[in-house]
Amino acid sequence: MSDATSNSLHVKSNDSALAHVAYVLKSNPITMLAFSMFAVLIVAAVFGPSLVPYDPLTSNAANALQPPSLAHWFGTDNLGRDVFSRVVVATRLDLAISVAAVALSFAIGSVLGSIAGYWGGWIDAVLNRLFDTIMAFPLFVLAMGIVAALGNTVENIVYATAVINIPFYARLVRAEVNIRRESGFALAAKLSGNSDIRVLALHIFPNALPPMMVQVSLNLGWAILNAAGLSFIGLGVRPPTAEWGIMVAEGANFIVSGEWWLAFFPGFALMFAVFTFNLMGDGLRDIVDPRQRT
Amino acid sequence: MSGRLATVGYRIAHAIPVILGVVVVSFLLTRALPGDPAVYFAGPAADEASIAQIRTALGLDKSLPEQFFVYAGDVLSGDLGQSISTGQPVLSDLANRLPASLELTLTALLLSCAIAIPLGVLAATRPGTTVDHLCRVLVTAGVSLPTFFTGVVLIYVFYYLLGIAPSPLGRLDFIYIEPDHVTGFYLIDAAIAGDWETWIGAVKQLILPAITLALFTLAPLARMTRAAMLSALSSDYIRTARAAGLTENKVLFTYAFRNALLPVITTLGMVFSFTLGANVLVEKVFAWPGIGSYAVEALVVSDYAAVQGFVLAMALLFVALNLIIDIAYTLIDPRIGFETR
Amino acid sequence: MGKQMSLLSLRDLKVDFETRKGTVNAVRGVSLEVGKGEIVGIVGESGSGKSVTSYALMRLLDKGGTISGGDLAYGGIDLKSAKESTMRDLRGREISMIFQNPRAALNPIRKVGHQIEDVLRRHAKATRANARAEAIKALKAVRINDAENRYEAYPFELSGGMCQRIVIAIALACDPKLLIADEPTTGLDITTQKAVMDLIADLIVERGMSAMVITHDLGLAAQYCSRIVVMKDGEVVEAGSARKLFSSPEHPYTQKLVDATPRAGVSVRELLLPELRTPMPLTQIVETPLLEVRDLYKTYKGKSGPVHAVNGLSFAIKKGQSVGLVGESGCGKSTTSSMLVRLLDSTKGEILFKGEDLAAIPAKQFARDPRRASIQMVFQDATDSFNPRHTARQIIGEPLARLSPLNRSARKARIDELADLVGLPVALLDRFPHQLSGGQKARVGIARAIALEPEFLVLDEPTAALDVSIQAIVLNLLVDLRAKLGISYLFVSHDLNVVRLLCDEVIVMKAGEIVESGPAEQIMSSPDHPYTRTLLEAAPHPPVLSSQAAKAAE
Repeated sequence: MSDATSNSLHVKSNDSALAHVAYVLKSNPITMLAFSMFAVLIVAAVFGPSLVPYDPLTSNAANALQPPSLAHWFGTDNLGRDVFSRVVVATRLDLAISVAAVALSFAIGSVLGSIAGYWGGWIDAVLNRLFDTIMAFPLFVLAMGIVAALGNTVENIVYATAVINIPFYARLVRAEVNIRRESGFALAAKLSGNSDIRVLALHIFPNALPPMMVQVSLNLGWAILNAAGLSFIGLGVRPPTAEWGIMVAEGANFIVSGEWWLAFFPGFALMFAVFTFNLMGDGLRDIVDPRQRT
Repeated sequence: MSGRLATVGYRIAHAIPVILGVVVVSFLLTRALPGDPAVYFAGPAADEASIAQIRTALGLDKSLPEQFFVYAGDVLSGDLGQSISTGQPVLSDLANRLPASLELTLTALLLSCAIAIPLGVLAATRPGTTVDHLCRVLVTAGVSLPTFFTGVVLIYVFYYLLGIAPSPLGRLDFIYIEPDHVTGFYLIDAAIAGDWETWIGAVKQLILPAITLALFTLAPLARMTRAAMLSALSSDYIRTARAAGLTENKVLFTYAFRNALLPVITTLGMVFSFTLGANVLVEKVFAWPGIGSYAVEALVVSDYAAVQGFVLAMALLFVALNLIIDIAYTLIDPRIGFETR
Repeated sequence: MGKQMSLLSLRDLKVDFETRKGTVNAVRGVSLEVGKGEIVGIVGESGSGKSVTSYALMRLLDKGGTISGGDLAYGGIDLKSAKESTMRDLRGREISMIFQNPRAALNPIRKVGHQIEDVLRRHAKATRANARAEAIKALKAVRINDAENRYEAYPFELSGGMCQRIVIAIALACDPKLLIADEPTTGLDITTQKAVMDLIADLIVERGMSAMVITHDLGLAAQYCSRIVVMKDGEVVEAGSARKLFSSPEHPYTQKLVDATPRAGVSVRELLLPELRTPMPLTQIVETPLLEVRDLYKTYKGKSGPVHAVNGLSFAIKKGQSVGLVGESGCGKSTTSSMLVRLLDSTKGEILFKGEDLAAIPAKQFARDPRRASIQMVFQDATDSFNPRHTARQIIGEPLARLSPLNRSARKARIDELADLVGLPVALLDRFPHQLSGGQKARVGIARAIALEPEFLVLDEPTAALDVSIQAIVLNLLVDLRAKLGISYLFVSHDLNVVRLLCDEVIVMKAGEIVESGPAEQIMSSPDHPYTRTLLEAAPHPPVLSSQAAKAAE
């Protein structure tokens, strides 16, 4: 974060930023919890495939629909695959989809929103219309339409999720930039000889980051839900790939006959991930907002 | 007052370019199909001749703007194409199934408003108490729960374990006879027919999917109500009202709540968007015969005309709901008319 | 004092606030009396606990605040232990309150007439049938013309002064015996301020009420209150008649406040404590104009035709001269200063800086102009003018990094030097704006503005947000800097009393035009234009001190 504050003359800024992170984590146990949950997710995503006891794709018909046991912590599915291994391995795919989608919408939304908020005028009007149109669709339904039209692939899930999130970022950045466009410090930066682009990029935009970070965190949660929802109705990810949404969809067929573990564990993993990102939202705000530093 | 009327007119006029945009996007989606759209629209079982026929029927040999006008004309005249899986016009399929979706969505919304708004108000007026914590837990858990997962868990608990709920298959158990079609809403139709047995049967089927959907929309509403109420309660005019000795009820409802309602109404738009999206998932879980499960079935068999028709219909429905929200807002907030005057 | 039966009596009142950093003792043992028909002023700077005292006696403390000790009695009722329902009956009927920022103090989506009816109905002063008539009567009582139509208005349709009248109407609708006015004129224009204060004073006398006026402005308290209580850090430091406080203040803090209050007949040095009064520095004014404005216009497109924010302005500022630009909000003074510092394009006219026309260069391109460094500005709201993510050092260093040839170490030395020049301890340079006090922020803002050694500096109400004692110090700093660095000032302000202290010449603006200009003393003593006279009369007039007269004679 500290490189965003241009030409940092402040030698100790890195130190104090770290100290601030430590302070926030210490003073707010919920944030601490959120970050440890996040760490669990990261470990599962990075090392998952090499940690799990079984191959997530190997089926074993003789061992199908076994309830949770010591050998199979989360039981086995209708093809005898180990649910635990599948749930852990799926973390990487689910996180990758949502992170890629959110990164894409963050980048595009920031640029478009900054331009609209700072210069206004016809660009603002045109972009506004565009976002109005996107928002005129129920977002999940639009994502369905996009994936259906572009083709049933994982990349298209990423694009569709990015498109439906862009208006949120763009609107947020636009508002944050717009209220600061005429603020004293933007004017003061101009008096100090900064061009419009510099004022926007180095003075105004970094100040829009705290609410953006909260949005990013919440959005990661939405993005995961969205991607899992799409694969739940059979879009994007295809079996036998391990993915939480598809696993719940497959497991749902067995719920009426009482084999709950097929759907429950992937569903729980999904919930855990979304919950983590939602909790992190507030924690992130404390960290990136320097006004919290005392 | 004329300023307000003008604003209502302005809002309605403002919806027109949005509808136009929706039609353009919907058109682009039909044309963005990789490969030859004619092949897709014809479906997997089509032969050479029927593909060529569809190509001409779709006007794919014409220029893009021309194609758009043809498309827009079709949409205007209610022609959304034929569904290959049902063999019926998409529009009539959607019209038949829309009441089921609306009945579910509206019940869920009423349910979540009825819980979320009082909960948010209570949490805001008693910060730090059990109600407040309960509200916070519900809010965070609510947004974290994937609707399809909640649905599955509810089925397991209430159908498989407890056996209270009927089997999660559709709007009405086969032992009941569908009420005569008046509105298409079973609860209303059954009530009109005076068939209370069917009414109760319909409620039993409706309750689990409605709760599933309501749990999902509860969170943003309760969160917003709580925040809006807190900000209203800390504002200067509340202090003035208290300093004038007004009763706590008057302060809370006439002064704080009415002001807090405005941002809540604004959030309703977002909540509708969530609900209509989540509706698709819930319908699939509960085999609810609405337009959402229609679209999911169509997706499976690559029935694209049906999918695109569904997307367009949902968007138009959402635009209409938003328009109602906007107009309601305009009528409640006296400041709105002033801006455009 | 205590002879007549007092209406309100506070004995050793203590109020604590629970905050994240522990308990804060906001009020620590305040005792005061308000007698029948008496107007008592409570004066103090921010953080003195004056407002908290009034909220405590209304039992309307913010969350976390508790009355932790002392006694509160109103006409025989113990306010400290009274039941909440009793308090609700008292509020609005016996004790009423009016607030600063009147527009926010009214419910934005309820007709003002209904808001008055709410109070009347609550205290059974009206029934459903006659509520409307009674509310209109209450509106008429606060001298609102056209009360029938105003009854239907929403707060956003009314001016700030009008909103304050509505707040007063709500407060007085049920004929309370005690009125508490918490900074009732802060944020209002100076002429509106006077109208509102005169109205309050008239109504109090008319109805034989008692009142407590809470203000930071000693001058205002002195003009309207029979007795003044001075508070500092949650304690009463001195109480007495206005005349006595001004002529022979006992407590050094009162002395400091009295001295720091800008008023007729004193120099800027006399605002300071006697031991800080250094001789006035000599300033050199060169006769050639540094900046000349000719026929300057700024026109905006409005919904109903063009709006002339600045309408044909012409004036000149000489090198080393300090010129004051005075007017009420909306007179075009801020638009003018934005155009002069080249942040805003003019519609028409010339801005000659050392003979060259700057208005010809678009504001957009001026950031790269070599003369950018010569024209700088000190902002009204220092907090808003700092990037909250930058330390004081980065803030002061920003213009140096962009516009000076200095390298990193030279810049560091220059920033230290600047901090020294404006009296900011070097240790504070690594702090973020929110870690600095108001006075320190003002110094950082000034240091940044003078970092590039500009020739022309616009000061946009640089002291408006400051307490008077800090204002006195900042004003003196500005006087010293001008003498030392030979900068020309354009001092933009609404307050003639402050402008006079700093400026050789004064320009009075109204509705985008200059109504009067000339030497500061002349404008103050014998204004030509009726508007200037209105402005001068509207400013509070603290009693002129005999000691001061004696001093002047020395």
